[in-house]
Amino acid sequence: MDSRLLHDLKKLLGTEGVLHQPEDLLLYEYDGSVDIARPDCVVFPRTTSDVIELVKLAIRHRVPLVGRGAGTGLSGGALAREGGIIASFARMTQILEIDAENQRARVQPGVVNADLSLAVAHLGLHFAPDPSSQKACTIGGNVSENSGGPHTLAYGVTTNHVLALEAVLPSGEVVRLGSSAVDSPGYDLLGIFVGSEGTFGLVTEITVRLTRLPEAVKTLLAIYDSIDDATETVAEITARGITPAACEMMDGWTIRAVEDYVHAGFPLDAAAILLIEVDGLSEAVDSEAEAVADVCKQHHARNVRVARDAAERDLLWKGRKNAFGAAGRISPSYYTQDGVIPRTKLPATLRRVGEIGRKYNLAIGNVFHAGDGNLHPIILFDERNKKQFQDAVRAADEIIECCIEFGGSITGEHGVGMEKDRLMPLLFSEADLELMKRVRAVFNPVGLLNPGKILPNSKGCGEIYVRPQRPAAAPSA
Amino acid sequence: MSMAAPGISSGLAEIVGPANVVTDPTQLAAYGIGACAPKIAVRPGTNQEVAEIVRLAVAEKLALVPVGARTKLCMNIPPRRYDLALDMTRLDRIVAYDPDDLTLSVEPGISLRKLADVLAEHGQFIPLAVPFLRNATVGGTIASGADSPLRHSYGTARDYTLGMEFVTGDGKIVKSGGRVVKNVSGYDLHKLMIGSLGSLGVLTKINLRTFPAPRELRGLVAYFDSAQSAVELRQSIAKSPLKPLTLEILSPLAAESLSCDRAEQIEPGQLRAYALASGRWTILASFCGAEEVLKRYERGLREVAGTADSVSLGKSAAAVALGRVREFIPIALESSPAAVVVKASVLPARIGELLGDAESIAAESGVRSAAIARGVGLIYFALLPESRQDENRSRAARAVSRLRDACIRRTGNFAIACCPAEWRGSLSKLQTSGAELELMRKLKSVFDPSGVFASNPLASDT
Repeated sequence: MDSRLLHDLKKLLGTEGVLHQPEDLLLYEYDGSVDIARPDCVVFPRTTSDVIELVKLAIRHRVPLVGRGAGTGLSGGALAREGGIIASFARMTQILEIDAENQRARVQPGVVNADLSLAVAHLGLHFAPDPSSQKACTIGGNVSENSGGPHTLAYGVTTNHVLALEAVLPSGEVVRLGSSAVDSPGYDLLGIFVGSEGTFGLVTEITVRLTRLPEAVKTLLAIYDSIDDATETVAEITARGITPAACEMMDGWTIRAVEDYVHAGFPLDAAAILLIEVDGLSEAVDSEAEAVADVCKQHHARNVRVARDAAERDLLWKGRKNAFGAAGRISPSYYTQDGVIPRTKLPATLRRVGEIGRKYNLAIGNVFHAGDGNLHPIILFDERNKKQFQDAVRAADEIIECCIEFGGSITGEHGVGMEKDRLMPLLFSEADLELMKRVRAVFNPVGLLNPGKILPNSKGCGEIYVRPQRPAAAPSA
Repeated sequence: MSMAAPGISSGLAEIVGPANVVTDPTQLAAYGIGACAPKIAVRPGTNQEVAEIVRLAVAEKLALVPVGARTKLCMNIPPRRYDLALDMTRLDRIVAYDPDDLTLSVEPGISLRKLADVLAEHGQFIPLAVPFLRNATVGGTIASGADSPLRHSYGTARDYTLGMEFVTGDGKIVKSGGRVVKNVSGYDLHKLMIGSLGSLGVLTKINLRTFPAPRELRGLVAYFDSAQSAVELRQSIAKSPLKPLTLEILSPLAAESLSCDRAEQIEPGQLRAYALASGRWTILASFCGAEEVLKRYERGLREVAGTADSVSLGKSAAAVALGRVREFIPIALESSPAAVVVKASVLPARIGELLGDAESIAAESGVRSAAIARGVGLIYFALLPESRQDENRSRAARAVSRLRDACIRRTGNFAIACCPAEWRGSLSKLQTSGAELELMRKLKSVFDPSGVFASNPLASDT
């Protein structure tokens, strides 16, 4: 890295605000995905004006700049694909304002998702988007990726809860998008910015909506001897117009991996379980739980039980949210996919995933947001076995192709990042991608902000992208 | 107004067939925005035809405006030029409806009513309870950004629009999003289309989430002597576990205007005279659910309402009351020859302050006024002058300008929803400025490089 730039960065942020030794950079060359890319340096701004100066420096020196929260992302969004500077928001972690009366909070981007909910719990409020990595992931990262989570089924994803942003554009200008009051005038810049994966600007402040905690919650565990029965239950719950707060599925393989680790009380001999939560007014919750249990039983659930208390409910959720960590204990490496399909296609898709696993002789676990039709197949492999690694990538691609064939999408909540840019032409035409590119250029004309993400660089989709050969860390989805 | 060149109308006829080209001035008048009528109107039947028309318009340097049922053209700033109306009502098909997945793809010209009938067969609906409901199309509703009392519980179109296909100003068919309920593939270009008034593209397909239709609607109306006490009830409900379907605060005159004969013509149905027209500030909350849930709401709402007078509304009365609130804008437009409807938003706790400001501003300017406030912090404020005389115009302009100042002082947003077209110039002023406005202008030129789309909500004509 240019010593002049390094000098300028240290002058701006202090020596302790800049990392550039190779051993320090190791931590920042990966996220929760299977990709790696090493930055030239990592910097830690403390204020919006630090970020402004930082952006100006990067542009002046023509060096790529990539924002990063906790690095829990699953598509390489926070990796410096083309080198350059990573701006970590680990020092912008203040909750700036809690306005209980209007159910708003204003936070810096480095605030950890779960910390905000903890900070407002005494007011009977929470921040509804709850990625499984919520104990580590940051709200800035959630905004960039438009993150989901189990409870987005009823509550919506991040974009439905963000009211306003302050962001620094590559020009060094500060913009305020949206407003804490609803319906800001003009085009919906906020709507297009959320989920732009750090390619439009660096977010320095976020105003979110806080949601009242429900009066009553019931968590059901339905146990199945066949995967088909479980997926058909989900399709039927959807078709009947029941919207639980969450509806998650784990297959037998995942159950056994998790149970060995978390001891959540999942039955080891089951083919699948559904974890279904209903919440709201106590009068509504009782009847809704009954309706859900009825559908489960009609589809041959072996057993349906309701968590007796908060402790049991927390344990069940702990089992669900640690499923990916559990996979990491079993296999040297694994690859988590993130396809989406119409809910009616759940049974057929899961059967296809099983066939793909058998075809390549790979173990594939399934733990996912069934109610949203958002799959997360976990493909296990050993990266030392080159053929197995290639097979894992092929299997993942086949699963995504199946999602597209069924009318779905290549990513539901993990983002395109550097993982799936090459797959974008499967969903979008050249005209679609060209317009997206021109929209990106409105915000990021020089292209130095998070380059090499979302949009494929080459024309056509025949290019074979060689994945870096590296074991995955233990992410969570 | 000059006639369209014969070459253009034959060019259009080649694309859509002569029967779908309108050149008769009487018919064209119905496509007018204010005093401005197009020279020609064309009715495409497919997205390809739309793209061809846009390309032809670019080549011939025509300024075009896409229209649906033309119910909300008054919400548009009259364009500088308006040569061609692109009538989208022939694109009215349901492309796909998967009731078991609760997703839908429609062409923009389908009417909300026709769509509602199809969805109702499956016990489903889309929470677009928007003004002009009986005529409006889906495309016009989305493009105008019209909102609905149901946003209190379902959010707005941006929360349940899954994807779109549209034709850009260079005549290309482009899409974003998809037709699944969760999706982060690519940039959400379709979010820009919502409320853009046809200035960025012509919608050709809209993918939406559907919802189970609420069953057993009920309502509760409570009366107050001041806006502030009504807002206090709104705050208490927000602090309770109750989540009403809708929550609206009506000014005394708004409540009365929703009960009058004119209102009944727009939105028929029986409503006990006193239910809304009590001469006081009124809160209308609606809720739905199974019997025990309804009882809980009734009990819970009365509890938080405390000593305030209140009246329960049964199923049909609640539906009528909600329908009237939904049609506040059309009712206001019928109540005055020169209605000016302002859309203002503030933090929910400040609704009372802004309603107070608005009342005194209207009183001082000597113009009749009515207001409804949605619980989410949005206020529709209607100034209802007796005539379009210049004196009233300057009164209204003064009131609007003071209202804008009050709104900005209370850190809110302000826009003119509709007004007499010839008054626009003295009333409109986009609140956005600086770097944000610059981004919007650049986006407009990316989507519409040659300026073929005549609508421009960013235009500042003052």
